[in-house]
Amino acid sequence: MSWYWKEVNREEWMNPGHLACQGCGATVAMRLALKALGPKTMITVPACCWTIIDGAWPNHALKIPMFHTAFETAAIAASGIRAALDVKGEKDVTVLAWAGDGGTFDIGIQALSGAAERNENIIYVVYDNEAYMNTGIQRSGATPYGAWTTTTPVKHPEERPKKNIVEIMSAHRIPYVATATIAFPDDLVRKFLKAKEIQGTRFIHILSPCPPGWKIASDQSIKVARMAVETKVFPLFEIEDGERWTINYWPEGRPVLDYLKMQGRFRHLTEEQVDYIQRFVDHEWEKLLKRHQETHGSLPEEATVSASG
Amino acid sequence: MKRPAVLTGEYFILGDYACAEGALAAGCRFFAGYPITPATEIAERMSYRMPEVGGIYIQMEDELASMAAIIGASCGGVKAMTATSGPGFSLMLENIGLAVMMEVPCVVVNVQRGAPSTGLPTLVGQGDVMQARWGSHGDYEIVAYAPSSVQEMFDLTVKAFNTAERYRIPVILLADEAVGHLTEKLVIPPEEELTIINRMPPQDPPGEYLPYRADDSLVPPMANAGEGYFVHMTGLTHDERGYPIITGEAHEKLIRRLIQKIRSHADEIIEYEEVELDDADIVVIAYGITARAALRAVRDARAQGIKAGLLRLITVWPFPEKKIQDLAQRVDTFVVAEINQGQIRREVERFVDRPDRVIGVNKLGGDLITPNEILEVLCQPSPK
Repeated sequence: MSWYWKEVNREEWMNPGHLACQGCGATVAMRLALKALGPKTMITVPACCWTIIDGAWPNHALKIPMFHTAFETAAIAASGIRAALDVKGEKDVTVLAWAGDGGTFDIGIQALSGAAERNENIIYVVYDNEAYMNTGIQRSGATPYGAWTTTTPVKHPEERPKKNIVEIMSAHRIPYVATATIAFPDDLVRKFLKAKEIQGTRFIHILSPCPPGWKIASDQSIKVARMAVETKVFPLFEIEDGERWTINYWPEGRPVLDYLKMQGRFRHLTEEQVDYIQRFVDHEWEKLLKRHQETHGSLPEEATVSASG
Repeated sequence: MKRPAVLTGEYFILGDYACAEGALAAGCRFFAGYPITPATEIAERMSYRMPEVGGIYIQMEDELASMAAIIGASCGGVKAMTATSGPGFSLMLENIGLAVMMEVPCVVVNVQRGAPSTGLPTLVGQGDVMQARWGSHGDYEIVAYAPSSVQEMFDLTVKAFNTAERYRIPVILLADEAVGHLTEKLVIPPEEELTIINRMPPQDPPGEYLPYRADDSLVPPMANAGEGYFVHMTGLTHDERGYPIITGEAHEKLIRRLIQKIRSHADEIIEYEEVELDDADIVVIAYGITARAALRAVRDARAQGIKAGLLRLITVWPFPEKKIQDLAQRVDTFVVAEINQGQIRREVERFVDRPDRVIGVNKLGGDLITPNEILEVLCQPSPK
């Protein structure tokens, strides 16, 4: 991680004094992303927590131009901004669409798919807190199996796995798709630095813990995000041109229970349900390993440690 | 514990919850939800009440899906509802036009907030009145109820279903954030005391039934999909068989009937409440939460010797034009109070000889109109 402290811009493009809840993962994610992208960035934000987090002009948190778009349009509003910059010949500005999981997995997927299919020259970020948190914790297409929300009450919690948005996006054959989380800032920043240098649609999926929505203490966000990676619930990897899959971090491979038991939204789960989640996570990890192997021919030494973990 | 669909009893309850209970009492068994403030509580309530009554709650990917799904459910023979606020209502409008054209009974709740765009998600507005009337493309008639209390969130939701079923139309419950988020007393009557109207089933045997052949009521009996009848529904202009016919003549015949179906029954559909109108010189017209302030203003004006009255619109659409014309013969001034820039005031002006006899008390949203703001206008000298 030493390169991170040497190379990453110490300047902040997000002011303190924002309006997020304590321990908000989406806020840390933005701060880190902008460290990589710098001040020559414009951002579109559809209906989501971040329309509130930014606060009011002139005291808003972001030091870059921000456009709050209609809920279903983050990707395509960003494409419009990109077109205007292209017309004016301003090639060195990064256009970033920054949406929550509802605005990406659900209502925004049509615009996102259209933009990706045309390979619009934008970076699209989904900060995924796994439900509609801004309206008070209703399920979304990103809500994982078994999770409580106000519309998937404990009596009948979410019964489907979350939509695999990363595979959906890589199926568009866009140049760059990556996962990241706030618990691995070096990995996150590196991915944004890399994405910034690529032309075309770049998609970054950031797992962003939400203390009120996940029922965790506000000082647990980073730990929960780290545990999501270490249990392989949320592996860190990237996909280039829809074909080259690379795992970026080799997790300890701890049991998923270590992740689930940290969060009140999973408190009601039975042993059978936890087993089911474990099998599901193992299965997905095996698929990911195979793809990494197909791309790189072999697995690194860390991988064997991880597999036995 | 499984509770019944009709929760007979007395409650101190949220307006949005009362709306959900009204729908269940009316026989709604499918709800397509999508979170949006200030209507989310309706979806949340439905998400745990629907499984209790053998119904289905689906959380949709957006409001296009919500509206399309309730049309599908209703075509399949199950009463269906969705609930939203301004931005979501905007997305539903194409499909609301489809429900008008295919004559599919369903209920759409719009808990209005400050607008346009994202506006004031958590604060009140009444700015979607004209959008409810004309939001989908083309000429059509619509029915919209404006509840003023938690009790009416229940009662008018039941009524919205009855009207939808009776006339085979989408019906809009045009609530507002203040009523939706108000907690007050609700009385749910015993099930047998509720009036429930269901769509008229086909009167002819399969083979003879034509899906869009109507008698003098202009409302065709409805065959649900899968009940042995030939069903072909389309948003294209169609004839009595439901076949697409792309001619001006067919269009004239169909759209004329769809419009007349409402207009010819307007007297049965239109509802309003009259307070102190008999000797009134000045009449406040209000609806939704604003009618509560208007009532207080009228009482206060009467206490000061001003002959004020209140016409509270329960249906905002169809508009009670005959009532306005009648009142205009004997009343000096109309005061239209609404949290928008005069959407109903202009309707009133159309049926009063001089526009200066109609005064607006308006806000843009975010704050309620207070009784004093209306009272001040009532105390001004008449323009006559």
